[in-house]
Amino acid sequence: MDIIKTTSIALVALRLNAMRSFLTMLGIIIGIASVIVMVSVSSGSKQEIEAQIDRLGSNVLSIRPGARMMGGRHGGSGTAAPLTEKHIKSLRNKFAFIEGISGSISATVPAVYGNNNWTTSVIGIHADYISVRQWVIEEGRNFTEREVKSGGKVALVGQDIIDKLFDGASPLGARIRIKNIPFTVIGTLQAKGASNWGRSYDDVIFIPISTSRMRVSGRQARSVPDNIGNLYLTVNLDRDIGIAEEDLREFLREIRKIAPGAQDDFNVANFSEFIRARNETSATLGLLLAATAAIALVVGGIGIMNIMLVSVTERTREIGLRLAVGARRKDILNQFLVEAVTLCLIGSLVGVALGVGTGELVKRLVDIPVLLNIPIIFIAISSAALVGIFFGFYPARKASRMNPIDALRYE
Amino acid sequence: MDKVLIECRSLCKDYHMGGETIHALRNVSLQIHKGEYVAIMGPSGSGKSTLMNLVGALDVPSRGDLLVNGVNLAGQSSDQLANFRNHTIGFVFQQFNLLARTTALENVKLPLLYSHDKNPGDLTRRATEALERVGLADRMDHETTQLSGGQQQRVAIARALVNRPSMILADEPTGALDTKTSIEILDLFQELNDAGITLMVVTHDPEVAEVSKRNLMFRDGEIIDDLIVAQGAGS
Repeated sequence: MDIIKTTSIALVALRLNAMRSFLTMLGIIIGIASVIVMVSVSSGSKQEIEAQIDRLGSNVLSIRPGARMMGGRHGGSGTAAPLTEKHIKSLRNKFAFIEGISGSISATVPAVYGNNNWTTSVIGIHADYISVRQWVIEEGRNFTEREVKSGGKVALVGQDIIDKLFDGASPLGARIRIKNIPFTVIGTLQAKGASNWGRSYDDVIFIPISTSRMRVSGRQARSVPDNIGNLYLTVNLDRDIGIAEEDLREFLREIRKIAPGAQDDFNVANFSEFIRARNETSATLGLLLAATAAIALVVGGIGIMNIMLVSVTERTREIGLRLAVGARRKDILNQFLVEAVTLCLIGSLVGVALGVGTGELVKRLVDIPVLLNIPIIFIAISSAALVGIFFGFYPARKASRMNPIDALRYE
Repeated sequence: MDKVLIECRSLCKDYHMGGETIHALRNVSLQIHKGEYVAIMGPSGSGKSTLMNLVGALDVPSRGDLLVNGVNLAGQSSDQLANFRNHTIGFVFQQFNLLARTTALENVKLPLLYSHDKNPGDLTRRATEALERVGLADRMDHETTQLSGGQQQRVAIARALVNRPSMILADEPTGALDTKTSIEILDLFQELNDAGITLMVVTHDPEVAEVSKRNLMFRDGEIIDDLIVAQGAGS
């Protein structure tokens, strides 16, 4: 007897016991649905993390001046000697793996164009900053070395600024005033979207770092000649970023003359590591939940086995009859196996639908990133089939080993 | 006389129950020819059903040989026996043994699903023909629970016929039916026998004994009487 005949016999038998078939499938449905939801939520948050890292750049290191020891007590962050243009120069000379390097002096000040004004983040940068921080110039051009060095009154503006100050019109060539100093807009930045912390990355104006230092960011920056605020650099991807980080730290200790054993007066941070660590817990939790869901699937399989055993006993006379009209043991074994597998497969399809639906609902209602993982759907369906074969085999074998006459006489 | 269809040689069947051995059949030797209509009678526990189960390959003898069409069933594998039940034998039971919540047609198709014919033809057509033969063409799509007892037994007979067996084995086929319906079933058996099908009917019903051509009387696992009934007697 071929598989189509067996399947049709099994399907008829399942239909005859529709309610029980459904209850039997319930375990599998719930198991599969929870696997799908858990894995989707977990992959969603993983994808979100990777996207954040991509936005920030996976090979970016930041260096900030740290706390200065003041007579045995820590000063606040940034109280140590600032980073300067000299640091950039010596780092560049020392390490060939540095691809781009830039200072960053940030101030929050109002910008004015015509009758519009908008308080925004005005950041003084070197030309490398654009590539280091993964920005893309949409229109116009980046700063020249000359503009960066000589305090050029030029600016690059983010998309939010275009909306707020220019009502969406092209700002190229326009003059905006920041702290009453006129800046010519020479370029616009491609949108980056919202940051992890809810602030828009696009609410920003870039100006040359020397201009920021001298005219915009205030006294503290001005007080130190060549202050560059925070430092960002990208490391050549061939270089392991952890080793690069260590090299940089040692070198900085050397040039900042920190005694052996004393604490660093600067911080080197690796963006992607930071984000990964911050999200590791949620990823682990997601995996644990998925594992729990997989256990639910196994429990569902045990449910299938129980019901199949009951079913085999209840249908003893039917089995006897089938044997009497010419079913071979193999036919009976296959019938009950196919019944178990069919239950699992139908259950898993319903489970997939339920899981996908729940994932979609979670995404809409709770605003958790959910990524539907297509391979996991196929894995879920095939593992359900395996569960069916595994847990269906014992009851099926029991059915096939019945003695025809005893089965027929069973009351 | 036609050729021998069934031959029992010193057939024994013992059951072991709680340390005690019950001899259900003791040294039964018997020949049944093609085209015979045999009624097997006797009190409960006399061995008549046991004989039928052995002949139908539902059970295996403890000792002795059972030959069907010259083939000894003792040497057959379980698959071969299944094939034998499928093609050579048609069973009819007292309680009909139909699949519940299934149509008459699907019930009749059942043996065809297990058939190993190279060229089985159209299963639905064959099942329909079998139902027509028992006079139930108009009830094909009824579920078995919607049919009367007599109709259900006719579905069972159609199921027994559908694979064109050489022999029908019936165990108390009229035991669950009223007299009028019993007579209809017996008329149907008569038609089938006239068409050349060998019938072996285990029964308590004297009506059956009267319409059959041969009566075997069993007692305590042995044949105590073997009567050839005159054609047409009692009808």
